[in-house]
Amino acid sequence: MTTGFFSSVDDVAERLATTGYLASRAVATTVFLADRLGKPLLVEGPAGVGKTELAKAVTEVTGARLVRLQCYEGVDESRALYEWNHAKQLLRITAGRGESWDETRTDIFSEEFLLARPLLTAIRSEDPTVLLVDETDKADVEVEGLLLEVLSDFQVTVPELGTIRAARRPFVVLTSNASRELSEALRRRCLFLHIDFPEEELERRIVTLKVPGLDAALATSVVRVVGALRTMDLRKAPSVSETIDWARTLLALGADRLDERVVRDSLGVLLKHQEDIVKAAAKLDLDAV
Amino acid sequence: MVGALRDHGFGIGTGETVDAGHALEAVGFTDRELMREALAATLLHGERQRPVFDRVFDLYFPLAGDSDPAVLHGTAADLAALRDRLAAALAAGDGAALDGLAAEAVGGFGGFGSGPESDGWSSYQTLSRLRPETLLARVRAAERSEEPEFADRLLDDEIRRRIEAFRERVRSEARRRVAERQGRDRVARRAVAGTVDGVDFLLAGREQLAELRRTVRPLARKLATRLAARRRRAARGEIDLRRTLRRSLSTGGVPVRPVFRRRRPGRPELVLLCDVSGSVAGFAQFTMLLVQALHDQFSRVRVFAFVNRVDEVTGLIARGAADPAGLGDRILAEAEVTGWHGQSDYGTALGEFADRYAEAVGPRTVLFVLGDGRTNRADPNLAALKRVADRARRVYWLNPEQPSLWGTGDSEAPAYAEVVDMRPCRNARRLGTLIGRLLPI
Repeated sequence: MTTGFFSSVDDVAERLATTGYLASRAVATTVFLADRLGKPLLVEGPAGVGKTELAKAVTEVTGARLVRLQCYEGVDESRALYEWNHAKQLLRITAGRGESWDETRTDIFSEEFLLARPLLTAIRSEDPTVLLVDETDKADVEVEGLLLEVLSDFQVTVPELGTIRAARRPFVVLTSNASRELSEALRRRCLFLHIDFPEEELERRIVTLKVPGLDAALATSVVRVVGALRTMDLRKAPSVSETIDWARTLLALGADRLDERVVRDSLGVLLKHQEDIVKAAAKLDLDAV
Repeated sequence: MVGALRDHGFGIGTGETVDAGHALEAVGFTDRELMREALAATLLHGERQRPVFDRVFDLYFPLAGDSDPAVLHGTAADLAALRDRLAAALAAGDGAALDGLAAEAVGGFGGFGSGPESDGWSSYQTLSRLRPETLLARVRAAERSEEPEFADRLLDDEIRRRIEAFRERVRSEARRRVAERQGRDRVARRAVAGTVDGVDFLLAGREQLAELRRTVRPLARKLATRLAARRRRAARGEIDLRRTLRRSLSTGGVPVRPVFRRRRPGRPELVLLCDVSGSVAGFAQFTMLLVQALHDQFSRVRVFAFVNRVDEVTGLIARGAADPAGLGDRILAEAEVTGWHGQSDYGTALGEFADRYAEAVGPRTVLFVLGDGRTNRADPNLAALKRVADRARRVYWLNPEQPSLWGTGDSEAPAYAEVVDMRPCRNARRLGTLIGRLLPI
């Protein structure tokens, strides 16, 4: 049942930290459970809080291989699961003139002509694997049905070859920005984790870790300002990656403390809509001075 | 606990319960927060369920605090000392200390009654004696660094948030103590508020309305998917007998390929007529925002608001998407929805709508009227509604009051319900279903 990567919740947190991924308690617990129960992990949350990074970090600490399925509108079975290599099949048929149809038929539907796509690759892999199904909500509903079979039993049926069962259970991470409601059936198969913007203290540690040259006091101020921005009702709240970008920007600008001018000039790094910028500037009294 | 969650509308299957058992086994029973996360991961299916889950969890797995009721009536000196410590803990942002203080505060100042049956714990009483909000200045003084910094201008807001978090701690502590006395199942059913989409529009507080507004976009997305799917399915239409027979001539009269009657593509026009006066304003605003978010599903959306005069607010709503909180104020300020008094008057408003904006309603229009139908004893003007209803394709009246109240006091709801199809719509979940169901394809 288990993928057997981790021994305890603390183990998860410590090992993820070595790759530079600072996990909150909730994240570490859920990753541990996904590992222990051998269930897929559905991660939701706003953009830029490290959903995909989590999968990458798990891959790195476990020395596993990362298989990634990037979902988009119109992704289908042949992109996600497997497809037959028609060109090669045709060549094989042409090359084998003179043999009986029965021989050819059994031959062209064999392993050699099968193109494994991410889901099949992950299932067939003998080595430890992390399967990342990124932005699941972008895919159509039919693909969800496909995922259901794969994720509940970790097996795939190819009509010509029979059922292929997972040799080793992959560690599965599905991410979603909730732009479409995922089906109840899929949610049932998964452990659920919502990653939100981190607590102030955690975010400060993340920023210090990712932007080493930053002054500690400045890092605190940066995180506080970002925290305040998130409480405003903006179209797009700044995410962790934007906090880090901002910290880098400040470092590049040589700012050693925040003041009105610096904040106003660099607000564009944090906020991506003009109306948000105007609103934030008003709330932070940037124009008053 | 699973039972209590199901009572709150969580769809939890046996499989999840078993998983939850495995999960608890895996993390052990020593760390309460680990148990919380483990259960959340296995039992929850969405983030919106989380607040309810947390409260139910707190009831079933209370903090291992001392459960002996300490001093029932703390003295004034105790109160002052507690406030001092609270200020220090708030300044430090020390979560563990705040937990302890909340427990102490409820134990010391929240008890009331003395008989074994009647005594309980009140967060209201605790908070009104402790008054944590008045500590703002003191915390600020303790935290303000000598050198004023840019980020310090955020301090007041931060402290206010911390104080609010402390108040929430006190509330859950009081709930926990009550649960100890009354049996947690009963409390879990009664005292834990449901998810926000089940909150009654008329009873929702300001914060719940704000939270509700944040659900507008996800809800609209869900509805749009549903409408699009329905449209796709319906586009197929029925069998066109005449053309099927015509085509069958080429196969000797055997109708091999049936011909479907194509529906004419056309999206419905939608008109909203909303009562934006006092009590029902929250409901109306939420619906306006929802419809605006759905605007690409319709060929045309027009929104009219009234208190006792009608004015078109379509433009205001379109801009309002950026600032949902201020929408109500802007409608009241920029549109002419009131005459010489501020009470809602359906009769006059309907009459004016029928006269001035008759062109807005045509045979392709679906009209939604939003309001409680309370006319303040004025003439309901059924004739005007009838005139509008005759022009429109369909008219639905969504009433945020429960049907048992229709017709009580100054409510003319039953009279209006005779003329148009009136449906109760008390919370966002119901609104979503109704809109999904009632809209034509």
